[in-house]
Amino acid sequence: MRSFAAMSARLGPFLPTALVLGFCGALAPATATAVELQAPEAAAATDAPAQPPAPPAATTGAGTAAPAPPGSAAAPAQPASPEDIAALRRQIETLRQEYEQRLNALEQRLEQLAAGAAAAPSSPAAAPAPTGVEATAAGAPPSPVEAPAVPAPAGAPAEASIPGAPSQTSNYFNPSVSVIGNFLGVAGQNHVVSLPAAELRESELALQAIVDPYARADFFLSFGEQGVAVEEGFVTFTSLPAQLLAKVGRMRVAFGTINTLHLHVLPWPDEPLPLVNLLGGEDGWIGTGVSIARLLPLPGDTFSELTAQVFRGDSPGLFSAPRRGDLAYNGHYRVFRDLTEALNLTVGASYAYGPNGTSLDAKTRLEGIDVTLRYKPLVTALYHSLVVRGEVMRSDRQQPRASGGEQRALGWFAAADYQLARRWFVGGRLEASDRATDARHTDTGRALILTFWPSEFSQLRAELRRRHYSVEEQEATEVLLQLQFAIGAHGAHPF
Amino acid sequence: MTAPHHPFRLLAATCLAAFAGLAAPMTAAAKMHVVTSLQDFASITAAIGGDRVDVVALAKGYQDPHYVDAKPSFVLQLSRANLLEVAGLELELGYLPPLIDQSRNDAVHPGSPGYLDLSIGCDILQRPTQVVTRAMGDVHPYGNPHYWTDPENGRVIARSIAARLSELDPTGAATYAKNLAAFEARLTAKEKEWDAKMAPYAGTRVVTFHESWPNFAKHFKLAIVGTVEPKPGIPPTPSHTLEIINLILAQKVPGILVEPYFDHKTPNYIAQKTGAKVLLFYPSVGGIPAITDYFALFDTNIDTFVDAMKGRR
Repeated sequence: MRSFAAMSARLGPFLPTALVLGFCGALAPATATAVELQAPEAAAATDAPAQPPAPPAATTGAGTAAPAPPGSAAAPAQPASPEDIAALRRQIETLRQEYEQRLNALEQRLEQLAAGAAAAPSSPAAAPAPTGVEATAAGAPPSPVEAPAVPAPAGAPAEASIPGAPSQTSNYFNPSVSVIGNFLGVAGQNHVVSLPAAELRESELALQAIVDPYARADFFLSFGEQGVAVEEGFVTFTSLPAQLLAKVGRMRVAFGTINTLHLHVLPWPDEPLPLVNLLGGEDGWIGTGVSIARLLPLPGDTFSELTAQVFRGDSPGLFSAPRRGDLAYNGHYRVFRDLTEALNLTVGASYAYGPNGTSLDAKTRLEGIDVTLRYKPLVTALYHSLVVRGEVMRSDRQQPRASGGEQRALGWFAAADYQLARRWFVGGRLEASDRATDARHTDTGRALILTFWPSEFSQLRAELRRRHYSVEEQEATEVLLQLQFAIGAHGAHPF
Repeated sequence: MTAPHHPFRLLAATCLAAFAGLAAPMTAAAKMHVVTSLQDFASITAAIGGDRVDVVALAKGYQDPHYVDAKPSFVLQLSRANLLEVAGLELELGYLPPLIDQSRNDAVHPGSPGYLDLSIGCDILQRPTQVVTRAMGDVHPYGNPHYWTDPENGRVIARSIAARLSELDPTGAATYAKNLAAFEARLTAKEKEWDAKMAPYAGTRVVTFHESWPNFAKHFKLAIVGTVEPKPGIPPTPSHTLEIINLILAQKVPGILVEPYFDHKTPNYIAQKTGAKVLLFYPSVGGIPAITDYFALFDTNIDTFVDAMKGRR
């Protein structure tokens, strides 16, 4: 193709108008495959000598008899004005593109036909591929010799691209896109934290792709009715030495397990109290910075991983940095072990540290322990499973004496989720947490949860929740109804 | 775990130890460490690799291969692997990508020589010929991933594995070639036996629970006329169950093929209403302990089928 284009480019400006038209006309009517198939060869053959008159001479006859391309006035040779020349150049350019496309399409067809012929070994009479083009399925192993005679289901349309249609390959490197809608309806009374009766909240748009051989990137944008926020946006370096895995960007912080999970994969429609009270609010702790995780070999098949993270010292509701150099740090160590094939246990410990902004040097320290026990007999894994999890966390917040001095707040939750049928889950959760800024006050809560999955891509959930808010001395009983639905790329199942 | 009194000191010490390079020294692996998604591939790999490979399958033969948990213990397996063999066609979509990302092992990333998609070169059925949407259920847009249930695809898989092992471990090439030849010879002999056993039942109509058997049905000339699942991944519904009952009665379908990991309640009910037999069909090696390898997989399923059909003809 390049030779054809190059030739036209060289010839175009210099040839007499008639010759150019003749040349163009000769190619225009060539719609029959047989004729067209010769075109690239002819072009190639005549390219090397770069003798302008040669190709047109061979085709002028046909060209004059052919209908002229639309818009081309059959102009006899006459002194050309600059406009004419420009117009002709444009015309040639258009034609060149058109023919390149058509030739590309034909070449593809030829390749497919040749591939088809080569892939049908059952017919001994199969003619050798016309131009010696061989079906070379990239990277294909030795072809199935005694393979079934029909390589593709009959009626499968050949994957020929339509000439002129945008190439599908332009989509190959697009990130996979998915959207998870999250609708929440609330009934009941709560005078402390008043959720709206109905809300489309934190719906998530995920864009994920491999960056290059060394990294992948993940963006999770959360859409609420108030606006859009970057919940996470990070690059993961997957090819580091020494069993390291690094993430750079904005991410959910590895403090415990629940804080790392997106809202839509939580077993509840809401965040448990300790996260709300001690990790900065309903969204939990999201940090912008760097995370490095390393596998630490332990004897046996025990998985152990240490994560060290450094973030900007600002995080709404949790950290506030008076100076740029005040950073927040987090460390998480977790151990996972299969106790039996059906039963496994994860235990983790977290420690975090950062400026809280109440004075120049005031810090908040966070400590946490998380435990998750999963039971899922593999044969009946589709129908029954049990997850029991709990976290305990402590916040030690330095505050000026005027606002109560140092506050040591403790929070915990314990929850269980049992799958009783393929699409049905029931769960319960107990929770209690002091308030980070005033640890004398302890909020408590309990909840019952029922979840139904119509399919893997949608989920209906009801939570009956009772919370006691100690500062306000309020008891709130609410029903939360959540509908989640996912469209787009199929993500991995959370574990 | 330790109490949270001084976790910082503990963590700091662990950090230091970890990052100061107490990395487990990678012993020069005498054996190729191969991880496969399915036990079927592990069985074939063991046959080809012999003593030169060490092979571990992530999914068990008796679990639904679509729903495998991405357990961190699998990360450990992948971190040590020289070769990862997958079914591809998005069968492992739910668990493998995050495991590969966390493996810290370049060798097993897609595109590396240590990542082998075994669907390449196999006869893949049910490639969608129209636009797919999830209204069709959990469809696989690249075709049906249960292709290893055709023994001829097993041959292709074995060749792929032998070729890749030889590429990664050239000194073993002769061994792999020899083992491949032995595997193929045995497969050819076994196929004759299986084909002969199944020949009397060519054209028999069956209903399956899930779309796991088109390749098996094609090779052994069975006609799948319906599935108990109304759509892939959607559990049976009363109205669809009724349709299947009517279909079985109308077409005189003698058998319902059900994988071990599906609930047998609906198939048993259908059987009771129609007189068709529920046949426990194992899609993978390891489905029961007796299915020790790829050959035993076909032996077991074919014997089950033939035994059930004997009384009916």
